[in-house]
Amino acid sequence: MMMFLASNSAFSDACIRPVAYVFSAPAKIRVQEGLGVVEDAASDDWTRALLRVRDGRDREAFARLFRHFAPRIKAFLRRGGMGDAQAEDCVQDVMATLWHKAHLYDPTRATVATWVFTIARNRRIDMLRRVRPEPEDLPWGPEPEPDQADALALRQEAERLGVAIAQLPDAQRSLIERAFFGDVSHSEIAAETGLPLGTIKSRIRLALERLRQRLS
Amino acid sequence: MTITHHLTDQILLAHAGGALSEAFGLVVAAHLSMCDDCRARLGAFEAVGGAILETCGTVPVDDGGLAATFARIDAADRRTAPAPRRARGPLPGPIADYIGGGLDDVRWKPAGMGVRQAVLCTAEGATARLLHIPAGVAVPDHGHRGLEMTLVLRGAFRDEGMRFGPGDVEIADAATEHTPVAEHGADCICLAATDAPLRFNAFLPRIAQSFLRI
Repeated sequence: MMMFLASNSAFSDACIRPVAYVFSAPAKIRVQEGLGVVEDAASDDWTRALLRVRDGRDREAFARLFRHFAPRIKAFLRRGGMGDAQAEDCVQDVMATLWHKAHLYDPTRATVATWVFTIARNRRIDMLRRVRPEPEDLPWGPEPEPDQADALALRQEAERLGVAIAQLPDAQRSLIERAFFGDVSHSEIAAETGLPLGTIKSRIRLALERLRQRLS
Repeated sequence: MTITHHLTDQILLAHAGGALSEAFGLVVAAHLSMCDDCRARLGAFEAVGGAILETCGTVPVDDGGLAATFARIDAADRRTAPAPRRARGPLPGPIADYIGGGLDDVRWKPAGMGVRQAVLCTAEGATARLLHIPAGVAVPDHGHRGLEMTLVLRGAFRDEGMRFGPGDVEIADAATEHTPVAEHGADCICLAATDAPLRFNAFLPRIAQSFLRI
């Protein structure tokens, strides 16, 4: 089954190209039914809030993260078919995990939203009594802080990616969303996704190289 | 280690979305432990998940949700956090976790003609196993109804004119007719995952064929 119709391969070298469409995009994405607007300015706030949780066990910062992410996690889980009570339980578990694992968050490799997504996805898999093997951890090296410029560059790439996803044709975006809601099997996913992932992949690759250098 | 055969976008997107069964997930996790390029590609797909989380709408949580979450946090704070999972030996960490040690700890069982295997996990209709193939011998002809992923851990095999060395992963579907043959000089150890329980069948003629070719 061919899920995704666009023909560009996300990871060929040729695809690490200028993302010109980003700059021609309207300042605010048109809100469609069921879709919110990616909050451009907020991404930095969430990073700072999470670092306050990490460094100061800051409950007010956590409460702000909760108010933003908890209703989104719940929507994400409900769209994947989870019942209301189970989704509520799962949301609390995901947010508690965010608190406990805040020291593992690396803002040069993932935005807070991406990190929250991976925690929610893993918890959903747990609740289905399935097992997800994880690769070896790549924890922090001797330097305690990630590079601020790298973290900013990653957030900007993530924002551009969000704009690009919002601009995909409805049918294609819907199929990609279903893949993340846990609604498709691996055999239903086609080779070409049409997602412009080359630049964000390069950013994460750079962060991994720096981490390896610090570890060695 | 120079890895030339990587995970496909299909596999990485399925893994990012959480659609892979345990067996395929194990092959992916083992490859990611050896390959930062695929780790970064997975990170890019997970960024798509992050963008979707931000835009998939909101559903109100219970009024007491935040207080209940703080109660969970306070209850768990009294427990200790697990240590990071790091490489403990030459095998990728996820495989070492399943074996409970190194290759010396594997309980091999004969699969015929010198090939040995050890099943690591079977769930959701997919099986992951280690295969030990003597140098110069073909992987036994086997039925797989769907996806098959083979990650090389030691040695190398050749298939369809390509060489697969340590860290390389070969991805085949049911339509793929292929006969991986372990290179001369060293035995080949692989982690293989298949959709259906692997059935070795008619491998005698196939191995005889490979001997004739040698």
